[in-house]
Amino acid sequence: MTEFDLVIVGVGGQGTILASDIVGMAAVNEGLPVQASETHGMAQRGGSVINHVRLDCRYGSLIPAGRADAILGLEPAEGLRAIDFLSPDGVVVVNTNPIFPITVLSGASVYPEVDAVLGELKGRCKHLVPLDADRIAIEAGHPLTANVVLIGALSNFLPLDVGSLEESISNLVPPKTVEVNLKAFRLGRESAGVD
Amino acid sequence: MPKINIRYQLGNHAIAQALYDSGVDLVSGYPGTPSSEIIEALARLKPDCHVEWSVNEKVALEVAIGASWSGGRSAATMKHVGLNVASDPFMTIAYAGVKGGLVIISADDPGCHSSQNEQDNRRYAQFARIPCLDPATPQEACDMVPYAFDFSEKFEIPVILLPTTRVCHGKSGITIPGTEKPGKKIGFEKRPQQWVMLPAHARVRHNVLMEKQDIMAEALSSSKWNQLDIIKGAELGIIASGVASVYAREAMDRLDIKASFLKISTYPVPLNLVEQLLDSVGQLMDSAGQVLVIEELEPVVEEAVRSISGTRNVDVHGKDMVPRNGELNVSIVEAAISKFASVDHTPHVPEELSVELPNRPPVMCPGCPHRATYYAMKKAFGKSAVFPGDIGCYTLGVQMGTMDTCLCMGASITTASGIYHAGETEPICCSIGDSTFLHTGIPGLLNAVYNGADITVTILDNRTTAMTGHQPHPGTGLNVLGDATFMASLEDISKSCGVEFVEATDPFNVKETIHVFKQAREHKGTAVVISRQECIITARRSGIRLTPFTVDPDECQGCKACIRFGCPASSFVESTEEGEKGKAVIGELCVGCGVCAQVCPFDAIKEVSE
Repeated sequence: MTEFDLVIVGVGGQGTILASDIVGMAAVNEGLPVQASETHGMAQRGGSVINHVRLDCRYGSLIPAGRADAILGLEPAEGLRAIDFLSPDGVVVVNTNPIFPITVLSGASVYPEVDAVLGELKGRCKHLVPLDADRIAIEAGHPLTANVVLIGALSNFLPLDVGSLEESISNLVPPKTVEVNLKAFRLGRESAGVD
Repeated sequence: MPKINIRYQLGNHAIAQALYDSGVDLVSGYPGTPSSEIIEALARLKPDCHVEWSVNEKVALEVAIGASWSGGRSAATMKHVGLNVASDPFMTIAYAGVKGGLVIISADDPGCHSSQNEQDNRRYAQFARIPCLDPATPQEACDMVPYAFDFSEKFEIPVILLPTTRVCHGKSGITIPGTEKPGKKIGFEKRPQQWVMLPAHARVRHNVLMEKQDIMAEALSSSKWNQLDIIKGAELGIIASGVASVYAREAMDRLDIKASFLKISTYPVPLNLVEQLLDSVGQLMDSAGQVLVIEELEPVVEEAVRSISGTRNVDVHGKDMVPRNGELNVSIVEAAISKFASVDHTPHVPEELSVELPNRPPVMCPGCPHRATYYAMKKAFGKSAVFPGDIGCYTLGVQMGTMDTCLCMGASITTASGIYHAGETEPICCSIGDSTFLHTGIPGLLNAVYNGADITVTILDNRTTAMTGHQPHPGTGLNVLGDATFMASLEDISKSCGVEFVEATDPFNVKETIHVFKQAREHKGTAVVISRQECIITARRSGIRLTPFTVDPDECQGCKACIRFGCPASSFVESTEEGEKGKAVIGELCVGCGVCAQVCPFDAIKEVSE
């Protein structure tokens, strides 16, 4: 089975589009039909962003509620906000580092405890992979590679060759940062705790 | 050379490549989500055609029409509401017709992802009697481009290509269609009976337009963009248009529905295909055939189906089962089809979350000059002043209480004028961005002065069209290719409109900006304040780095003045000590604009010293 529906969520500016491009390009290079959808425009100014990536897909780019095989959350609250898309057999790979929205910074709302968010996620999926992607990204050599760390962790569940994902990364990131990003990918892949 | 390899790419980028490969001679447009990437991608192709950001959509379409009348292939790109601005030339070009192929790309936005409304521009196609192509996928949008040019040239009429947000901002492995570039002779040919829309000519051309409708409809109907799958003996028929057709296919497969299916992607609606479907499902003697029309927004197809269903043994459903507002998706379509086909279907019900998630609205960036402008504006004018607004990043000023209206491009100055002339006695200070001012703000400013509106017009000049992805405009002195060109002066334009009070200020200098706003407020008549500071995103991209700021915890009194300023780099940490006040802190998002340091009444915010 190479059909795989992936929802990628985060905060505008976190690199959600690069994350979906890595997966989408790798799948196309493996010969799979792919349909993806991205958030551009108004929502990018620090708002919630959501991308749909459907591998081996004959239909449209929007994943029906309750049917995603995986959610990749670049931010924990955003991961949970998208949980309705996930199938009960689905996987959640999520960064444990919160980004407070302006509603929280201004004191108008409260950001929940990250453990409570993870607990809720755990109860709603078959397999939860929480990852301190920011720390691993720094270990890889640059804090901006957290999105690639998470793609590395997710790669354990994708119906794609590691080699083609690495090739996409090499093609998509700035040439000077290829090594750091590949390291981030590998560290993420190893950190997922999947054999 | 036509590209034959499959590339994973954005729908808009593929449309750009297809325009280029079709031998387009001119592409014009005004930025607007979800259309903007088409022209940006064309500019990057370093084309041998003319590409331009025009000052607005009416201008863009007229420039494209000129190229077409000279025998060149041309395209004009815009978001759906842009066609409202361009509707004047649009309605009459249907009469006049074209010579070189003209494709009008109207990027529609069902669901208002980035728009002030979700109008369905298939209605414009009906209204003007211009053919329209409604692609279901990015690949289809791309494939339609060479077809649209050929069709436009054959029938001497513009063609609308109408990709929605899901097509424009969809990505997939796309093969760019190989096309033969047409042999063309560029040169304006005098055809006064056709290009000069005097009443006598217009009457004749209206007739020409009507006479070509049938033959165009026939050609569109037999095109590959429409697909009819008749299932013999099925008493259910489903008709779906554009992007809704892929949702319908998926929902039918999931529900295991056997129904005859018609996918429609061309307008006028291919009635002969509809007839075949109606005849097929209406054959049964004992009961009426059932037809469901699934389309986003307006019942364009449904109305066409109803216009011919009366004499047949069928019941037609559509907007009684499918919403007329918002974007469709598989779940919505699945619910409609299951109701229509009376099959059991357990809809997915969202489970309640045990934790409450905070909203995450889009915000102005840390260091955004608009926030600083609005802070000073509010200080000078007071909360009870009226703040009419306009369209751009600065519409987010609604979070600061300095955006009381937002209607359409350029409507700030004009509605402000109307509010004044109605007799409003509070001071009126409107906001408009630099690109929006040049788009449709200038006539409003001239009108305000001419008719004596005592208002302050603030031009938020961040030196770019920021919201749509930082496109240049005449005020930047750069063209779409990034080459230097004439730089329009907002001061000179304002003065030419007759404004006597024109002052520029740097919003990062809070004291000065408040002072300028107070002067403008006192000025009798129309005043213009140009609040000029480069967009922080483009400033940082060009390498500008300012020293960040930090809060001195010994000086901070916990008054929250900086928090109310609303910069995402600042936050407040409540004290754990009983009776102690909390302190503000500035995080790593700080870009060093220094405005919060000027806002702080206790001088507690200082530049970070390394």
